[in-house]
Amino acid sequence: MAHAAHAETAYVPPAEVPDVELYHPKTFLGKYIWCQDAKVIAIQYAITATAIGLVALVLSWLMRLQLGFPESFSFIDESSYYQFITMHGMIMVIYLLTALFLGGFGNYLIPLMVGARDMVFPYVNMLSYWVYLAAVLVLVASFFAPGGPTGAGWTLYPPQAILQGTPGSGWGIILMLASLALFIIGFTMGGLNYVVTVLQARTRGMTLLRMPLTVWGIFVATILALLAFPALFVGSVMMMLDRLLGTSFFMPAIVEMGERLQYNGGSPLLFQHLFWFFGHPEVYIVALPAFGIVSDLISTHARRNIFGYRMMVWAIVAIGGLSFIVWAHHMYVSGMNPYFGFFFATTTLIIAVPTALKVYNWVLTLWRGNIHLTLPMLFSLAFIITFVNGGITGLFLGNVVVDVPLSDTMFVVAHFHMVMGVAPILVIFGAIYHWYPLITGRMLNEAMGRFHFWVTFLGAYAIYLPMHYLGFLGVPRRYYEMGETMFVPESAHFLNAGMSVVALIVGFAQMVFLFNLAWSAFKGREAGRNPWRATTLEWQTHESPPGHGNWGPALPVVYRWAYAYGVPGAAQDFVPQNLPPDRVATAADVDHEGVRGVAVQPAE
Amino acid sequence: MAQTTALTHTGEALALPEGWQGIVADWSSDQRAFKNVPWGKAMMWIFLLSDTFIFSCFLISYMTVRISTTVPWPNPSKVFALTIGGTEIPLILIAIMTFILISSSGTMAMAVNFGYRRDRIKTAALMLATAAFGATFVGMQAFEWTKLILEGVRPWGNPWGAPQFGSSFFMITGFHGFHVSVGVIFLIIMATKVLRGAFDHNRPGFLTGRKGTYEIVEITGLYWHFVDLVWVFIFALFYLW
Repeated sequence: MAHAAHAETAYVPPAEVPDVELYHPKTFLGKYIWCQDAKVIAIQYAITATAIGLVALVLSWLMRLQLGFPESFSFIDESSYYQFITMHGMIMVIYLLTALFLGGFGNYLIPLMVGARDMVFPYVNMLSYWVYLAAVLVLVASFFAPGGPTGAGWTLYPPQAILQGTPGSGWGIILMLASLALFIIGFTMGGLNYVVTVLQARTRGMTLLRMPLTVWGIFVATILALLAFPALFVGSVMMMLDRLLGTSFFMPAIVEMGERLQYNGGSPLLFQHLFWFFGHPEVYIVALPAFGIVSDLISTHARRNIFGYRMMVWAIVAIGGLSFIVWAHHMYVSGMNPYFGFFFATTTLIIAVPTALKVYNWVLTLWRGNIHLTLPMLFSLAFIITFVNGGITGLFLGNVVVDVPLSDTMFVVAHFHMVMGVAPILVIFGAIYHWYPLITGRMLNEAMGRFHFWVTFLGAYAIYLPMHYLGFLGVPRRYYEMGETMFVPESAHFLNAGMSVVALIVGFAQMVFLFNLAWSAFKGREAGRNPWRATTLEWQTHESPPGHGNWGPALPVVYRWAYAYGVPGAAQDFVPQNLPPDRVATAADVDHEGVRGVAVQPAE
Repeated sequence: MAQTTALTHTGEALALPEGWQGIVADWSSDQRAFKNVPWGKAMMWIFLLSDTFIFSCFLISYMTVRISTTVPWPNPSKVFALTIGGTEIPLILIAIMTFILISSSGTMAMAVNFGYRRDRIKTAALMLATAAFGATFVGMQAFEWTKLILEGVRPWGNPWGAPQFGSSFFMITGFHGFHVSVGVIFLIIMATKVLRGAFDHNRPGFLTGRKGTYEIVEITGLYWHFVDLVWVFIFALFYLW
């Protein structure tokens, strides 16, 4: 049993669950709008997340304009700048990255990759999307509310988040908290589906250790989300009560403008603990799906089995577990007990071990691989470099003595943008270039794709490498402008202007990408079946792109792991997971012969 | 009830090892990590795990503010006392509420048992009895809230000490009461379905296109027992501390 994951077996256990009957929509509305098909829900999630992501992109332009060219724009003042940074952060972390990885890729890939017809409870899955949409709409509404959206910073620290003087302390913060609560409710509906589908609805032969790492990443990230979002939910509820009813959970006694406020005896630190108990696992909610997806991209496009599959799985699980006991490394300067800092620095550095293990395994997968420099591979390589960069600055900041002087400087901004902004987004791009042919049946345009890749990748470095330097100079984050600050040299202002110009260019490249998505859907080259010659089940469906119910008349049967590339004696350099062992040596071109629909009833 | 073998969908037994080896075998098998556990039940367990984190956060936050506030905490034995026949009895209302809620767990467990015996009438009756216990609990909670509000307890302050007393009390008991109310509604819906024979004829379940089965009675029961269990913690940490 030691290497069951690698072993190919002809034995297929009997089916334990009868094939399910699906809801079959009859109208256009039922098929594309009020749809229970996980694949359509995934697209709905992706479109909504991208739309709100565009808002975040524009906000980042606006704040870069202010930082690069202070006092040049009459439409940006202190208040609106704070609103920009707050909404940019919140949208990117929660409404874009979490929703796209779990709601988008999770919904599309989990049922296909584990060989299920759909999520276990499609109706609840549909509700998940609509509640998410409601959360997004409430968030958008805050832009139009009196006083505008909240400007409390994406961490929403009390007491300032709900005090007058902070932009959006009227309607803005209320709508923000309501939107977060809605998001969490909606996510829970979807998340329960993802977890139960992976645990209980796999097809015959699909053991947990035969699942592609993409599914492992999304699965563990979903468990993290189900256990971490409660803390944010509770924090939001309590802050909402503080704001609306005048309770004092987070609010100490405060004198404002010479007047004693009614608050008394609350603990602002409590909110920070609640927020970061959510906030740190959140980093891995975004990172683990990226880890999983990039493993599959690297393996497929280097035509080589992933190095150390089991290690990769256990590393994902270990990172997930550890992520719950590192949260207070965000709070070294908060005034909490210094002994806490010692504990959390230790756990933070320990989490680097499984993470580094994953990086080594990606590199070792590439080692002597047959690397195809396709767009997904380019983005994967860029991810590895960027993630190492961001990860190493994370080791700096994990140490209390290094963190204290760097706290609240641009160094921190550069660090987390590299490690949980740029790196996962590079994987998202790579994943879209990889799976777009599956979803639409057409390839994305290569030339536009390469332009998009190089501008995004080099541009990200042009923005964030100088930002580390600014941080070392002591340039603080969240400041509206430097003004006449003595310790910031003139060259720093010059760098800031340069970074802002690059940010505009990188943003423009994303427009090219979006145009490519729309254009290729109609004019792109026909992809044919399985254009990347991948082994995983989603490419082996009865019809391509996969139809409602995914598998045609009968469910697939899995005989091996997802990484059978370059198997000696096989007719070609990849062996799909559901190709019966007796056909491996002869199935010369499974692309045209089609594994799908064949051999779904194995000889018992 | 305890089956040691899993079944295929055609009802044949799957030979599985016992004990720890069985757990390893289940997790390294294909199709299902929890053999014979229907999807809905697995989903309820995982939801309850997530909900546990919500209640834990609420209770830990309450304990934190109780420790960190500089003003004395009101004495729960005094605040939650009722004067009956001239004598002040501490915590009497809460004791009765707790007794009622725990009793409802008993009727719920019996309902699950009769559900698996396909005894429609008894299952529905016991579920409705459980719902009635739950509604009584919520009603007594409403009485308690009214009494405290009349005595001047508000979310932002109270006559006896730390303002966080009122805020924590209304928030935590309110959130728990909301859970009980949702449970009562679900119990009534499911009892109606049982009475109509919806699960004997595999009509679609609640919030799903999937066929309804008697397992939903047990799933509702899981939720109900969880809500009871949470109350025990609230009782211990809020009223007895």
